[in-house]
Amino acid sequence: MNVMVPLLVGIPLGAAFLVVILAHVKGLSGLPRVLSVLAVAACLAIGIVLMAGACGDPHQTHTIFAGGWDGTNGPIGVAMVYDGLSGMMIIVINMVALAAICFAVAYMKRFTSRWLFHALFLLMTGAMNGVVLAGDLFNMYVFIEVAAISSYGLVAFGCEKAELEAAFRYLVLGVIASTFILVGVTILYALTGQLNMAKVASGIAGLAGPAGWSARPAVLLAAACLLGGLALKAAMVPFHSWLPDAHPSAPAPISAMLSGVLIKAAGAYALARIVFNVLGASPSYANVLIVMGTLSMLIGVFLAVGQWDFKRLLAYHSISQMGYVVLAIGAGAAVAARGGSDAIAGLCLLGGLFHMFNHAAFKSLLFLTSGSVEHATGTRHLKDLGGLAKRMPVTSFCCRVGALSIAGVPPFNGFVSKLIIIIALVMAGYPILAALAVLVALMTLLSFIKVQRYALEGDTSPQTASVRESAWPMGLGMVALAVVCIVAGVAVWPLKQFLFDPAGEALLRGALGAVRAAGGAP
Amino acid sequence: MGVAIYVLAFAFLLLGIYALVAKKNVVRIILGIAIVEYAVNLLLVLVGYRQGGIAPIVTREHPPADLVARAVDPLPQAMVLTSIVIGLGVTALAVAMATRLYEKYGTFDMNDIRDLRG
Repeated sequence: MNVMVPLLVGIPLGAAFLVVILAHVKGLSGLPRVLSVLAVAACLAIGIVLMAGACGDPHQTHTIFAGGWDGTNGPIGVAMVYDGLSGMMIIVINMVALAAICFAVAYMKRFTSRWLFHALFLLMTGAMNGVVLAGDLFNMYVFIEVAAISSYGLVAFGCEKAELEAAFRYLVLGVIASTFILVGVTILYALTGQLNMAKVASGIAGLAGPAGWSARPAVLLAAACLLGGLALKAAMVPFHSWLPDAHPSAPAPISAMLSGVLIKAAGAYALARIVFNVLGASPSYANVLIVMGTLSMLIGVFLAVGQWDFKRLLAYHSISQMGYVVLAIGAGAAVAARGGSDAIAGLCLLGGLFHMFNHAAFKSLLFLTSGSVEHATGTRHLKDLGGLAKRMPVTSFCCRVGALSIAGVPPFNGFVSKLIIIIALVMAGYPILAALAVLVALMTLLSFIKVQRYALEGDTSPQTASVRESAWPMGLGMVALAVVCIVAGVAVWPLKQFLFDPAGEALLRGALGAVRAAGGAP
Repeated sequence: MGVAIYVLAFAFLLLGIYALVAKKNVVRIILGIAIVEYAVNLLLVLVGYRQGGIAPIVTREHPPADLVARAVDPLPQAMVLTSIVIGLGVTALAVAMATRLYEKYGTFDMNDIRDLRG
């Protein structure tokens, strides 16, 4: 089993370089897209097999030390750790990537240099797999950077005025974020002399703070740098301003990847991992997450309601929905930090992780449908659309499923995860935040009724009078995600057992469990 | 000397962040990117530094035990190499985007490069 874990990073990276070579061989120009679909599908299959293998034992972790440097002789050696949380993220990333790359096979036909797209796409997927598998801090930073650099290139892929501007602003903010992450990693290394997450965690636990402080000031500085940098990557309010420019400017499958998984792998996942498994859940870090999550949830949805650009509206909703995830994870950290019951902390994390999974499914689905609409009509301004329900039945059906899911209408998946988050917040002692979460859910519903009303219903406009349904690979990508949305809403219990319990367990075990996973002395 | 150089590294970092946030010229922003990268690299090397340390290379005069006692920490140096390579990639990409921006807009001034609302 251990052998398969590095393949999750190796296959997409290897395929990315093969794509570049094959694109320059005469007669093989169709091969890059086949290769990228196969590579992503292989990763998804490996992710599911690994998760199924670990199913009987939620504590099972695979640790792989590159080159056999197992870190017993000092801080040398790069470790990859596969545990429940990594396994869940691997499945989420590759599921969305597979749907997006299927969609892209047809969607990218109007662009030139498509092999560049496939190479960057595979680099980004492989790097995100690397982020969630990284067992040491510097390795995580490197993979976050690889994913980020590929995403800068992909946002600028159209090379038009607005895309270049969005990509440049995104790049500048991305550089600030990665700089702070690296400063945080450097300070933690200076304090503990280790990079392995588990060993850093036990090193920090051994550093007592001065009187009146919860931790050493240097640890707090490192935490501020790491949380700030990762919050910027996750587009949490007040660090959100780049997202509504960058995500809509990319080609639709890339918007789906960026909103669907990049802000989770490089943002929310890394925040949760750092807070629970490296710094150790403490009230101060938990409060930071709760405040950022609540602000993002509220401000994101208020900004979204007034939008008329379809993709921009979806991008603001990403901020808002990621607010739910971070709020739930923060509430879980708060309960764990004050020694509350494991069941309530587990419920908060279940809600957060389930919503992360669901958001990946429905937000990617919505971005793909917006791409399908833009592909067919040439516009994404809602007032110019109309009557698409008759002209594009598959796209409209998928768009409805996505909208009902994000708005939290039963029996779709968004309903279940929002309900769990709201119940968990009440049980964790935050009834006001639970009420705000309900309010945001209603605002989300309102905003998506607008999308339905203007884009799908009503009379056809000049732009939509003669459109036809998109090509079948695009439909396939959308239908696959729509099925995930419906199934995840119905099959909550099996998914909880299979995916989210091991993932929440991996977080709650926190520092001690991670030490075991890394094979070092506790 | 000991603390002052760390203060210098952080001042350097803040100077770069200032350039990234406040400057409106694309070229100056790219210089800001370079400055923050140098600042972090400097910080990384300083973390591994030891007063009067020797290079961490095993030779006949410096057996491993001698190095443990006297050499600087080699790990941050390996990290700095990685970080420099990443920085090179980011800077090259930023420069490439800047030239494309200039082709499209005919200016390097971010005040005039403002088609997006955000």
